Parts: sequence; C-alpha cells; structure tokens
Amino acid sequence: MADFRLKEGYDIPLVGEPADSVSAAPRPATVALKPGEFRGVKVRLLVDEGDVVKAGSPLACVKSREQQVFTAPMAGTVKAVVRGARRALMEIVIKPDEASDAVSFRQHDAVAIRGLARDVVLEQLLQSGLFNVFQQRPFGNVADPAVTPRSIFVSAFDTAPLAADTALIVQGNEAAFQAGLDVASQLASGKVHLSVDGRRFDLPKAFSEAKNVELHRFSGPHPAGCVGVQIHHVDPIKHRRDVVWTTTVQGLILIGRLFLEGRYVPDITIALSGSAVTAPKHYRTVVGANIASITNGNVEHGELRYISGDVLTGTTSTPDGHLNMKPSTLTVIPEATESEFLGWALPGFGRLSKYRTYPSAVLGGKKFAPDTKLNGGHRAFVATGYYEQVLPMDIYPMYLLKSILAQDFDEMEGLGILEVTEEEFALCEYACPSKVNVQQIIRDGLDLVEYDG
Amino acid sequence: MKFLQNIFDKMRPDFEKGGKFEKLYPLFEAKESFTFVTRDRTKNGAHIRDALDTKRMMSTVIVALIPCMLFGIYNVGYQHFRAYGFADPALMQCVIKGAWHVMPIIIVSYGVGGIWELIFAVARKHELNEGFLVTGLLVPLTLPPTTPLWMVAVGVSFGVVIGKEVFGGTGMNVFNPALTARAFIFFAYPAAISGDKCWRVVENTTFGAVGGTIVDGFSGATPLLVASTTDTMAVAERLAEFGQATGYADFSWTQSFVGLIPGSIGETSALCCLIGAAILLITGVGSARIMIGVMIGAVCMASLLNAISISAPTSMMAIPVKQHLVYGGFMFGLVYMATDPVSAAQTAIGKWIYGFLVGFLAILIRTINPAYPEGMMLAILFMNAFAPLIDYFVIAAHMKKRMRRSKESQAYA
Repeated sequence: MADFRLKEGYDIPLVGEPADSVSAAPRPATVALKPGEFRGVKVRLLVDEGDVVKAGSPLACVKSREQQVFTAPMAGTVKAVVRGARRALMEIVIKPDEASDAVSFRQHDAVAIRGLARDVVLEQLLQSGLFNVFQQRPFGNVADPAVTPRSIFVSAFDTAPLAADTALIVQGNEAAFQAGLDVASQLASGKVHLSVDGRRFDLPKAFSEAKNVELHRFSGPHPAGCVGVQIHHVDPIKHRRDVVWTTTVQGLILIGRLFLEGRYVPDITIALSGSAVTAPKHYRTVVGANIASITNGNVEHGELRYISGDVLTGTTSTPDGHLNMKPSTLTVIPEATESEFLGWALPGFGRLSKYRTYPSAVLGGKKFAPDTKLNGGHRAFVATGYYEQVLPMDIYPMYLLKSILAQDFDEMEGLGILEVTEEEFALCEYACPSKVNVQQIIRDGLDLVEYDG
Repeated sequence: MKFLQNIFDKMRPDFEKGGKFEKLYPLFEAKESFTFVTRDRTKNGAHIRDALDTKRMMSTVIVALIPCMLFGIYNVGYQHFRAYGFADPALMQCVIKGAWHVMPIIIVSYGVGGIWELIFAVARKHELNEGFLVTGLLVPLTLPPTTPLWMVAVGVSFGVVIGKEVFGGTGMNVFNPALTARAFIFFAYPAAISGDKCWRVVENTTFGAVGGTIVDGFSGATPLLVASTTDTMAVAERLAEFGQATGYADFSWTQSFVGLIPGSIGETSALCCLIGAAILLITGVGSARIMIGVMIGAVCMASLLNAISISAPTSMMAIPVKQHLVYGGFMFGLVYMATDPVSAAQTAIGKWIYGFLVGFLAILIRTINPAYPEGMMLAILFMNAFAPLIDYFVIAAHMKKRMRRSKESQAYA
C-alpha cells in the first residue's frame, strides 16, 4: 500500500454536514434518466411517452454505438421526455408502477465472477446500462466500450464539502462492492486502483481488505478524495491514447448487485446536506429519484438552491427535478437575496473565507452557512498564488488556464490538461478573488483538445 | 440600508443597456459594488465562493500602507523643523506641516488617476479596477514632498495610461504602474526628484517655522547622496558625522530605521515598512518568497561590495550592509513594489529568482551608478521586464518534463 500525503487543498468549514444515520426515503413519485449527465456522446431516444418499461430496459442509446444503452432504473410508464436547448435530451421521466418488473440478466456467484471473460462482463454491463457508471480520462467522457483502459481508478472517499460518507454507502453492500471490483478488474489491461482515506482509522473492511485491487492511502484536505488527483500521483495520464477509467463506490455496488442478483437493483445511499436542510443525514433511495421525495418536509423555507452533487461541482436542479446518477450528495443551500452594506470594507467576522484578510479565517473553528453570492465582480486574473494553494498536483494552474484562453494546444498539453477535469479545479474557482469561472475554462480547454487538437 | 438599495435599484435601468446613461455603467457598477458587495449569484460551477475579492485584497494593501503614510506625513514636518534648528519639534506641529504638503499630492494622485481609470473603463466597457486604489497611494509615497502638483498629475497620468491601461488594465500590465509613474517623473524632470534640494520642505510661510532661519551649513541631502559625494573621508565616518555639528540631521542606524531622515514621503521608515510587511504576510496578500529573496540578494551584493571596498573606503561600496537596508527606498520597494503580484514573477521558483535579482541589482545600481545614488526603482522596473522571461524558463522546464514522459511512454506502447 502506498501512502500519499497531500498538503495543498482546503476543507471548507460548512454548516449542514450529514449525520451518520441512514433513513429510507419514501418511494419516489417519479424517477428519471438524465442523458445530459453522460458527457461526450450524442444520445438517441428509444422510447415514447406512454411506453411501459421494466427496470433495466433501454430508454436511449449512444448514437454512434447502439450497443451502449441507457436503461430505466425502475419499472413503470414513460411519463415525459424533456428536451432542452437544441433539442438535447435532458430527462426521460418514468412513473414507477407497483409491479416492479425487471429485465433479467445472468446471475453469477461471487467466485465465478472472478473467472468471467472480458467480453461476457462487457456485454452484461452494456445491456444493463450500468457500463455508463465508468468515466473515461483524458477528457472525462462516459467510457467507450471499444477501448481497453490501461487501469481503473476508484476513490473510496469523498472529501468534497458536505459529501456522503462512503463507509455508510458500502455498509451492508460489502459483497456487492467486492463483486463490482472483481467485474471491473476484468475490464482493464492493468490494475484496479482503490484509494482510501488516510486520515481515517476506522476504515470499513470492504475498503481496507478489498481484494483484486491495488490499495493507496491518500491523506489531505479536499481535493485529496478526487480521483483525478489520485491518478496524478499514482500513475499519471501521459498522452491522449493513455486511457484510464474511473468510477465510484456507488457505481461498483450497482454493478456488483447486477452480477450477483441477475437484475438491475437501483438502490443507492445519498447524503442530504447543506445549511438549508433541517436535519442533514443519509438516505436510502434509488438512482434518478425525484428530489422532492427526499427533501419534502426536510428543508427550510425561503428561496433555496437544490444541487445534485456537492456545492463545488454539482448541478443546479429544480425542487422537483431528479438526482444525477454519479454524485452521492444532494445539497440544499440558501440563494443569495440580500447584499451586505460595505461588505468588503467591514471586518467581516461572519463571512466565510480561506484567507486571513477576514478575521473569521484567523480565528478558525467556526462553521459557516454561505449563500450563492458571487462575493465580488469578475476581474482579470491576478497571480496571487491562491490556486496553487488548493491544487495538490504538479500543475501550474494559472498558466494552464491562460493557455486555454489563448487556445495554444501545445502548451495546454505540456501544462497537463490531459491529467485534469473540472472537478480538480473546483476549489480554485471557489478561492479565486477575481471570480473567474475556472471550471468552465477547463471544460472548454478539454473540448478544444479533444475535438480540434 | 434597505433604502439605499432601493435607490440603487431604481437607478439601475438608466445605466443598463438601452438606458440613458448606458455608457456610464462602469461608474454605476463601481458605486454599487463599493457600497454593497455585488449581489450577483453564482451561475454554474462552484455554487459558493470565498468572501475574498480583489477589492478586499487591494484594501488590505492600503491598510498596510497606512503606517508609512502617517509616518511620512509626520516626518515631512519633522524634517522641516529640524532644518530650522528645532531639535525636538512638537508632534502636532510636524503633522500639520507635513499634511499641508503631503495631502494635496495624495488628493491629486487619486483624482487624476481615478479620472483616467473611469475614462478607460467607459471606453473599454469594463468595470472600474480596484488596482488603482493602491497605485494612487503608492505614487505619492515614492515622491519627494516638494514635488509640484502638476508634475504629480502628469506622472500619475503616465503611470496609469502607459504603465497599465495600454496593456489592458489591471492584471495585464508588464511594469508596476506606480513605479512607472515615478520613473517618468525621474527621467522627465530629474531636478525635481534628485539632488539635495527636493527632499526637505524649506518653505516656511504656512504652518512652518515662521520667521525662523535655516541652520548654518544646511544641506537637504539624503544619506545615500552624502555617501556618494564623499571624497576625503571614509563613508561610514562621513555618514556618522553628517549634520551632527548643527544637529539638523542624524543618519545613525537607529534614526534611519525609525525613519527620521530626509527622503521620499513614505519610504524613510524601515520600521513602518516592516509593520506593512507583517500585515501583508499575515493576511497572505504579499509574497514572502519575493520579500525574502530581495533581502538575500541585497545582503549578498552589499557584502560583496564591502569586501571589495577595503581598498577604497571613500567609495559608496563601503556603505555597511545594515545601513543599506534602512537607507533610501530599499525597504519600501521590497515590501510594496517588488511584491506586486501582477508585475512580479508568478511561479514559485521564479519568485525566488526575481526577488534575489531585485535586491542584488538594487544595491549594485545604487553603488556603481555614478549619476544617481539609488537603485531600487530601476532594479524593480528592470526585473519587471525580465519576470515573464524567468517564468517562461520555469514553465518551459516543467512542460519539457511532461512532454518527455509522454514520449517515453508512447515509445513503449
């Protein structure tokens, strides 16, 4: 086991951390598949409104590779197909019925899984739609089944603000998690790398004694738990054809249950957190569940922002929207409604800042409940060195951002764009005094290099 | 404060696109964001943002400049009264006399610079940049107290327009705008900013030593000027002896460290600069790498020159190392000018190299340059020009490492 101690980073002290308890959320009135979440592919719709589907039946597929399908998490009737700008497929909403019919897949026992051939594994993953829990780097797209990745990386802990506790996610799913790892290990030409939280002494055995993986221990503040940071330190991506896949603990559990039980079981554990949640804690629910089914009666009044994901990287949702498949956190925080008079000039004891120009940062210890204020105007980059303080990677963040803005392809690659996605840069965006939209720039750069480079 | 917010909300449509004052939007934005932190919400990406913005950063630098400014005001008055033979002038007397001469310079600097900022913001359709808050105070503090106001106006105009705005505004400039302004005045009107006439206010009609007479043998020279014009006596002795007979000057280390010596308004007190440095370092706004680098570079160069000067005790090379650090603009430049995040080197290694060379060159220019016995301004401007080059090599080495790794792994594949 290798030990990595990362110094740079920041754990934002936020109110609304989820308690250690897990409750069952009520059965959602609707569930949805959100194809927009899967980056880098064009999607074709396979069902119409009113169609009856089973759990695990295809709803849509990737246009260029029809065997790669997106499936229904629950059985029911297709209630709505929501399209966004330029007719992009946003949501396929299903109203679950009581029957809960499921497409049946081949069932395997735990030992047999380890002996399965790669094409058998791949076929079952593709048919069930659970292949899409794999993301591909460089570029952070949904994985391409035609590629054999060099290795697969999984982060067994989430350092993002107010994130779900992976130990609770894996609790009771230990066998499924190990089965998921075994399945994944058939897919890569190299190893499956599992990174665990080096700051924790009570690691679940499912992680510390996981088999068929190479274990790494990462200690440090956020983003030490980001898989991109871990890849960078364990075995960095070296060129554009040097492909690795990533997935989550939750994704492996879904896969494990598919192989062990022979059907798509969409059960997941997520954290409902944030300062606008009355009693933040973990909930058992299903993939793509209606957000209202979890937040109903659990959030405060007033104008709120619902975020599927964490406050740094999540996507804004409506109160009756649906969960994304990848993140295990649902955050609700107050929207910015009022401005503070002379806020920049006052001492600012109550304002959340990493920097000691505010006494709150000097005093420490306190937790904050910030709203969605930008806290300043957009300005030109100032080379403060603040990005470097929150990015534990051998990368010059400001130079990378500037090379993207200048669309200089050689520099972008030389400065390491292939090793990153927007997730690792989320803290830079949080910390930026010029309020630059860092994550969007990184995404633009990745798209440039992928499609034009 | 709700009523103020309501007034602003009512005014907003006039300034937004299509409104009657559309062109003046930057003015509206500045006013609103100075009174209220902007109400804009995050849209995509990080949903929460740190409370620190550029305005807060720049105001921290201003806070760090306040000790130097206040002491500068006092010292301008103090030097005046010493020239008239008052051994121990009253505090308030010095402050009033100093303020009478310093405040107009500060007001003109902010006024003229602010107008230029606004013109460019309107023409370019961007927000007013807060960087000027710092430049507007830095410029006066680097000027002699006798600088004519029109010269301040011309200098600030040059600094803001040529030093910053032609490059695209705050964040884009190559040279520190405040030093560009000073350099312009220095080269365009050398008589006003060098020699022994400009560093002390001798005019005594308003708030001054009315009716007094200047002490015998008075010279307004700064320590560095004295050191550069010594030809018969060893430099250290000459500095110790200068002005002591009639008591109008004292260039001892302690007096110079505290700052009771003639010089530019804000630069004389190493003590106040150190207080400013502490504020900048504790808040994390200033770069410790650069400050320490400058210090090391200066000590190295001064020690080297000291060693050479054993055979030439009358040359400026003989100024003791510790005196170098408290004379002239060294400390002020080290704390407030060299650390400007825009014009300094931006990589960690680059900052060390940049800092070291600033200190090294400052002492070299100060002692070897026959025309002018100070080098901090020129050293920083010179290194401003080279900072991108230093960073270029640091980044090139970094990229080369990654490209080599990429090639090697592709060769195996």
